This record gives sequence, C-alpha cells and structure tokens, in this order.
Amino acid sequence: MRHIISIALMLSLIWLVNSGHYNPLQLSLGAISVFFVVWLAHRMDVVDHESQPIHLSKQLPIYYLWLIKKIVISNIDVARLVWQPKTSMTPHFQRLLISQKTDMGRVIYANSINLTPGTLSVDLKDDYVLVHSLTTDGMEELLQGEMAQRVKELE
Amino acid sequence: MSLVVDILSAICLLTGSFLILSGVIGVIRFPDFYTRIHAAGITETLAASLILIGLMLIAGWGLVLFKLILILLFILFTSPTASHALGKAAWKSGLKPHGLVNKHDED
Amino acid sequence: MNNMFLIVTTITLLVVMALALIRAFAGPTVFDRVLAGNLFGTKVVLLIAVMGFLTGRPDFLDVALTYALINFISVIGILRFVEITRKSSPKEQS
Repeated sequence: MRHIISIALMLSLIWLVNSGHYNPLQLSLGAISVFFVVWLAHRMDVVDHESQPIHLSKQLPIYYLWLIKKIVISNIDVARLVWQPKTSMTPHFQRLLISQKTDMGRVIYANSINLTPGTLSVDLKDDYVLVHSLTTDGMEELLQGEMAQRVKELE
Repeated sequence: MSLVVDILSAICLLTGSFLILSGVIGVIRFPDFYTRIHAAGITETLAASLILIGLMLIAGWGLVLFKLILILLFILFTSPTASHALGKAAWKSGLKPHGLVNKHDED
Repeated sequence: MNNMFLIVTTITLLVVMALALIRAFAGPTVFDRVLAGNLFGTKVVLLIAVMGFLTGRPDFLDVALTYALINFISVIGILRFVEITRKSSPKEQS
C-alpha cells in the first residue's frame, strides 16, 4: 500500500510540473490519468520495493552527497587527462568481487561506478562486476572499497 | 543579490561549456572505444549538470525551474544505463580494450 | 549580460556537436558511432534548453524533455538491434 501511495504521489508531481494549467477540468483529467497509470502498474505487478525504494529514502541523501563529491573529483581528473599527452593514460580492465547481497545494492553499485567518469562497469554478474578504468588510481580506489562499503550500508 | 546570481550562473555556464568541450575532444583523441566512453561520461554528468544549473539560476523560482530539475534528473538517471549498455554490447561482441597496463583473464 | 554567456554556451554546444559528428563518421566500430550519436542527442537536449532561454521562450523545455526520453530509448533500441544482427551473422565480427 505504501508503494502505491508513493507512486501516485510521484506521478501527480510530474503531472503538475509538466502541465502548468490548473483549471478544474484539466486537474480532473490529470487525476484520472494518474489513477489509470497506477492501476496499470498494479496490474503489471511492478509496484513493489524495487520500483519504489522508499525504505532507502532516509540514507540515500547522505550517499548522494558523497557521490556528488566523487563525481566532481573524478570529472576534473578525466578532464585533466584529456589535455595531457596520451602516455599519461594507464587503462585497467579487471573483475571486482562484489559483496552486496540484494539486486538493488548491486545495481546501485554498478550505476555509481558508471556515474563517476574514469570507471565503467562493463558486465554485471551475481558475484563480480567487470570494470574498465582509465587510470591506475581509479581502479585502486575501487579496490579499496569505500564505495562498496557505503552501498552495503544502504541495503 | 541579482548580480551575485548572474555571476554564479555565468560561472556555471562557462565551466560547463569548457568541460563539455574537454569531453568531446577526449572522444576525438582517445585511442580506443572503452576509453572514449569515459570521455563521453564527462559531458553527460558534470558538464550537463553545470549548464542546467546555470539555466536554473537564470530562471528563478517557478515552473521552469522544476522542468529543468526534471531534465537534469532524467539525464543523470539514463546516462549510466546507456553507457553500461554500450560497454556491455561492445564487450559481448568481442571488442577488446587496447593498451592495458594489467593483464586480465580471458572469458 | 546573461545573453552573452548564453550565446557563448550555444556556440560551444554547436562546436561540440560538430566534433561529435566527426567521431560518428570516423568511428572505426559501430559502437563508436552509437556513442557519438548518444553524445549528439544529449547535446541537442542542452541546446534546445539554452535556445529556449536565449529566445525568451522557456516552453522549449517540454521539447527538450521529450527529446531526452526519445534519445535514451533510441540508443537502447539501436544497441539491441546491433546485438541481434551480430548474433545471427557471426562472420562479420571484426
């Protein structure tokens, strides 16, 4: 039930932001479309803790702040590499074991790897993720596992 | 007050433009496909965010602000998925990365 | 004053799109081309947004949002198409 309320709130917010016309007729049409989409999603059985991860909503903002800091730092690193000669690149390509147990944790981990430029997850399996990194530093940072630890705390 | 906002938005727009240019020059210069994805990543995370934040500062409070936030969120949600799909499709079709420093185990 | 920076951003975006097109034409593998196409699409979204502010018509943002959606779906679609074609004709692998 909480998940249904959450998806209805989110859809209503998106509708209100995108519409910009607030007379009774259009508001009721919007409400009808929100109900219709919620009903469809319920019928498709996709309204659950995976599509509406509200149990994460408390810890997520802290993780996002940390991730934004990481994204800015790694962006500057890659931008510096672009303006340097080619020899300063040291590409690595290897498997990393992952400790997250749930699918949600694995997806968050792989997405975070992708969001920071300089590291890219190429393949994701049950127990490992295949990572391509642009520099030795980027790979070593992942091997040290601060990101993995933080994602694990989210689960 | 409005002068401060103007200067902040100008800084955001100019930094974003510079980062976007760096990213695309990386896409032109970098030697193989897997390294090029990293360069494209710059233009899709920080550079796009900076330009959209610059526009948000110009727009001020209102519906336009929320639409810009929606666009920004959408770009941030989809770009890692798109680059993962690109990398995975290339890896499955047998494209090997060049110039590796370490040796990796073959599948 | 703001207009000047918006114009600078627009020109940069146009240059960036031209450079992305160079990679799309030159790219040795099909994935390089798809990557350049994806890059081009994201830049079009930003360009539409900036142009909307430059001409004083923020309604353009709806177009930008729609374009972002279509761009993502088209990239995934092209990649699936490439994967399926490669599987059915493995001899063409380079």
